Amino acid sequence: MAKAFKPQIVTANDLLLGDVIYLTAEGGWTRDHANAQVAQNAEQAEAMLATAAAQQLKIVGPYLAEAAFDANGTPGPVHFREAFRTRGPSNYSHGKQAEAAEA
Amino acid sequence: MYDYTDFDREFVNTRVQEFRGQVARRLDGSMTEDEFKPLRLMNGLYLQLHAYMLRVAIPYGTLNSGQMRQLAMIADKWDKGYGHFTTRQNIQYNWPKLMDVPDMLQALADVSMHAIQTSGNTIRNVTADHFAGAAADEIEDPRPTAELVRQWSTDHPEFQFLPRKFKVAVTGSSNDRAVVKAHDIGLRMVRDAAGAPGYEVIVGGGLGRTPMIGKVLRDYLPKADLLPYLEAVMQVYNLHGRRDNKYKARLKILVHEESLEVMQSRVAEVFERIRDDFVVPQDLIDHIETGFQPPAYKTADIAPVLDGALRSFIDTNTVAHKNPDYAIVTISLKGIGETPGDATSDQMRVMADLAEKYGHDELRISHEQNVVLPHVHRGDLPAVFAALKDAGLATANIGLISDIIACPGMDYCALATARSIPVAQQISTAFADIDAQRDIGPLKIKISGCINACGHHHVGHIGILGLDRAGVENYQITLGGDGTETATIGERAGPGFAYDEIVPAVERLIKAYLDLRTDPEETFLEAYRRVGMGPFKVALYPEKQERANAA
Repeated sequence: MAKAFKPQIVTANDLLLGDVIYLTAEGGWTRDHANAQVAQNAEQAEAMLATAAAQQLKIVGPYLAEAAFDANGTPGPVHFREAFRTRGPSNYSHGKQAEAAEA
Repeated sequence: MYDYTDFDREFVNTRVQEFRGQVARRLDGSMTEDEFKPLRLMNGLYLQLHAYMLRVAIPYGTLNSGQMRQLAMIADKWDKGYGHFTTRQNIQYNWPKLMDVPDMLQALADVSMHAIQTSGNTIRNVTADHFAGAAADEIEDPRPTAELVRQWSTDHPEFQFLPRKFKVAVTGSSNDRAVVKAHDIGLRMVRDAAGAPGYEVIVGGGLGRTPMIGKVLRDYLPKADLLPYLEAVMQVYNLHGRRDNKYKARLKILVHEESLEVMQSRVAEVFERIRDDFVVPQDLIDHIETGFQPPAYKTADIAPVLDGALRSFIDTNTVAHKNPDYAIVTISLKGIGETPGDATSDQMRVMADLAEKYGHDELRISHEQNVVLPHVHRGDLPAVFAALKDAGLATANIGLISDIIACPGMDYCALATARSIPVAQQISTAFADIDAQRDIGPLKIKISGCINACGHHHVGHIGILGLDRAGVENYQITLGGDGTETATIGERAGPGFAYDEIVPAVERLIKAYLDLRTDPEETFLEAYRRVGMGPFKVALYPEKQERANAA
């Protein structure tokens, strides 16, 4: 039996700033995992990855990562590595967590 | 301090301009990321989890005050006001932006520094004993050797695309403070029967996925033969090293698979062939050696030390200097609960000022992620201590349980499988009391956040390796490792521990050690060597013991 597909998002790093970004449904990029487009099947995931890979001038290293919806239907990370990427390092309030605090 | 020649200056400036052009071509689309990546790596620029990271070489760990101030300026202007000193005597900036990196490299070039060959399958930054030129026990200052190797290996056309990265370390003393047996090539200064200094050449050491202690390729190599001999080793490795599997591509695998004897005969054959063509100009050697002359030592009064805190600092953070009126001061970058190896730009400036005022303008970065003032007159120790205290840099814990090595781990590194830094912070906090630390005595805890072992966990008395086990952070403990002249790879204790279990596990190990040591003089490592794994395993896995007792 084929392995059941799990929802996925496309993530990468911004070419200029190097920070973590996510592909949106419009084919653009967001810095907030909650606004990422979520692929519901393998074909959609591959198509999204291709959309991302075509944007060499904006991004570096796109890849698919598993996502899960919370009670409000907002997509969040599954693996702890991806969870860290939504926040920043644990030793200082730098990265996304600092930007969120400032916003 | 080695003084850049016109050639050196032109070389690093040209590289900055070249990289500026490469960045521009990446940004305007004339170069793809696949084309750009090897070029940025050659200039020390990585892309990590949250940002780019620039790794700057501090050759053989030596800096002057001007260079340290420039590192602080770079941290303020283009990063977040701090830098991370690494186990390879580099400094890493964790938050640069791509378009700023050429300016950062130019600022480095302005003070005779660079980030060349801090990544890629090349000969990396040459490391050395951080007490070089000051240690009471050294045969000769290893830095002229390290500088010669740096010049020979930098941009060496034949060795830019080796099977894998290649690390060289040099120590000038029989006490190994440079972990030479865990490098691709380790050079240890020795004397021949007539007393002439030369090198014991050790090859095939390394940590990582397949940890190995280096083997002696040649027990005495005259100094004059160094470069042709290294060239011979590199030619043999470049030709015979495996390129089919990156996990088997390091020199240690070649030496292991083909035997030391085969390596010796191949190297000897190449060496004999190239030796006569390999004459290092005497004026170059003279220029290098001029840069490493002993400082103009001063004579001054040394007041008796009455203050308890100062006495404790001197006992723990200083060691004997070759001049008995001087001391080598190690500044701990391991404040309780702090990130190992991190220094703020303000702290960098304080250390630079102290080096200028009291330290003959010299600073060192140790592979243990601390900063060293190698030449401090004992009469100046109270002033140095007071200034360090004001800057939050006077933690008297060198060589103790909170003087932990930790790689950046999954807080920064794209390769990491688990976090290292918060584990180090929590252990340090759990053992915060310095008097209790002194009672525990010399102890080296080393933490890596992945199998690549940048945190040297294999040679920690207690080594901790962070892994990803089915999507959860998990930490394996190794015991009995040793990174000195009696180098030993630690032994795995058993199943790993969850993130919230690892600090209690270390606490149980320490309690077991305190209970079983014969007297306070017996160190953790000595006790481990005496009793073996058994009692520590019982301490680590008490539930197993209970089950066995119940059965």
